[in-house]
Amino acid sequence: MKLSSSAVRLIIPAASLAVLLAAVFYMQPRAMSYTGLNLLFNLAVPIALATVAQMVIMAVNDLDLSMGTFVSFCACVTATFLQASPGTGILIFLGAIAAYAAMGVIIYVRELPAIVVTLGMSFVWGGLAVLILPSPGGTAPGWARWLMTSKPPFVPMAIVASVVIALATHFLIMRSSFGVLIRGAGGNVRSVERAGWSVVKVRAAAYALAGFFAVLSGIALVGLTTSADANIALRYTLLSIAGVILGGGEFVGGKISPIGAVIGALTLALAGSFLSFMRISPDWQIGAQGAILIVVLAMRLFLNRLEKREKSR
Amino acid sequence: MNGHRLLLAKPWIWSFAATASVWIITVLFTGGASSVGLSQAALTFAAFSVIVGIGQMFVITLGPGNIDLSVPATMTLSGTLALKLMDVQDSMILVGLILSILLGAIIGLGNYALIKILKIPPIIATLSMSFIVQSTAIWTNRGLRIKPPETLASFTTSSLLGIPHVAIVALILSAFAWLLLEKTIYGRWISAIGQSTFAARMAGIPVDGTRLVTYMLCAVLASVCGYLLASFSGGAALNMGAEYLLMSIAVVVIGGTAVAGGNSNIPGIWGASLFMFLVVSMLNTYGFGAGFRLILTGLLIIAVILVAGGRRSTR
Repeated sequence: MKLSSSAVRLIIPAASLAVLLAAVFYMQPRAMSYTGLNLLFNLAVPIALATVAQMVIMAVNDLDLSMGTFVSFCACVTATFLQASPGTGILIFLGAIAAYAAMGVIIYVRELPAIVVTLGMSFVWGGLAVLILPSPGGTAPGWARWLMTSKPPFVPMAIVASVVIALATHFLIMRSSFGVLIRGAGGNVRSVERAGWSVVKVRAAAYALAGFFAVLSGIALVGLTTSADANIALRYTLLSIAGVILGGGEFVGGKISPIGAVIGALTLALAGSFLSFMRISPDWQIGAQGAILIVVLAMRLFLNRLEKREKSR
Repeated sequence: MNGHRLLLAKPWIWSFAATASVWIITVLFTGGASSVGLSQAALTFAAFSVIVGIGQMFVITLGPGNIDLSVPATMTLSGTLALKLMDVQDSMILVGLILSILLGAIIGLGNYALIKILKIPPIIATLSMSFIVQSTAIWTNRGLRIKPPETLASFTTSSLLGIPHVAIVALILSAFAWLLLEKTIYGRWISAIGQSTFAARMAGIPVDGTRLVTYMLCAVLASVCGYLLASFSGGAALNMGAEYLLMSIAVVVIGGTAVAGGNSNIPGIWGASLFMFLVVSMLNTYGFGAGFRLILTGLLIIAVILVAGGRRSTR
């Protein structure tokens, strides 16, 4: 049987998620229910959206260190403007997405390191978030709350949302010509340019798309937590990068996998629940999360080696 | 070669120009009254950024993707453990320093082991490592705040001829780093690896050994910085390293070290560290709120990189 390399790329993240899930079910059989699954994966939805956003940036060989502060900013806007006067809220979001597109253009045109520009932007988003919500508060818009807490039959909302996100981004990034251009800009800029495409436009579009997903992540987060504060999503920067890598993505070369990224985000979210079921002392929670990350990546290396051995035979 | 030298000399000019202008603006606002105090504070706080920045610079010089995210956790654990071991006794100061150096060496070794043996990208390897190190710090700290030994505390907070001691320490470390980078074979090796790992390997450079030493060096510098910072601020706190993650990267890049690797510069780190501190204090003097301060800091970082980044297109 021959598997495409993109399918192989998916096996490892999917297997690690399955193993982790099996371990959780073994320790806490009651988690194997509608409510249990919903609780386990609830917070995974905003993380998955942020991971997809980070993935689009990584597809064009950049890295967004402002993801966490930007999602926090979006959460603050959602809990205040979008709730009180939806028109203003939407305008702010459009402005933010335009800012992302501009960032993509500036980074390319001036040949700046993306890490530094996004680092600078992380201060800007953090500052704006503090201006909007100096202290934790705000309320979630009714529809966001309804969407995130709705209970579709048989399958919990968190799972439905994750599948929708995974499939939608898969078709957008892996199956559309637009997606090919984005990955091409990461894999081989020159060939995209020679083929007559404007790299500036492609990169602007990629950054705007990332901004759009990050906005959705902020809205989803507020839908779950009902209120926001300026530091609500700071850890998303590192979580989103880790999610993309766990899901089989790579830092350079436009090698990414949207479905893998969503699975990676779910794995990271599940790792937290897994540790609390293990009754690990809170002191070691973060450390154990690091250990899980290492184990999963070691597994990936092991499987990659097996695959190579198969090929060389 | 001469033209190349000029290009190398250019980048750090920008960070110093920016620093000087921010300093003048701040001093003008206060009518010149604050010039000595401001300079001393700037030197003190810049010193900590410089120490971690140098380590980060060596790592970034290794080439694309190389970065050490375990810096803040290493600082915290080192400060916590060293103060605990010294237990307010002056006789233990040197033992504490040795412990923090050893600790840094072990963390650096662990970082590179993950990168090399498990083939994990450095950014994720050092991130996972920092989770474990941070947990260890939480476990050993237990919310207790142990004071540093008297002599050490007064050494870190006082100054010689108007120059803070920590700034002198940072200056000596910078001089060593400069020698290492410019005058030793090791410095040539890391630049060569940063420019092309493949070519470096072909040329017979011990790539793995060099990278291992670099990651260890970075962790040791972060560790020493944590030791000094904990002594300076009268005790270790669990979040004491937090701001140094972004700071260590920012000072390296604003200072003019190429993010793509293979090209580093130490004077720029000083300029950038002073700049970062002075910007915050300038915005404080002008009475901006926290929100505006953050926004302006961010915009200034981008502005500096936009101005200084122009040189890249000429290459």
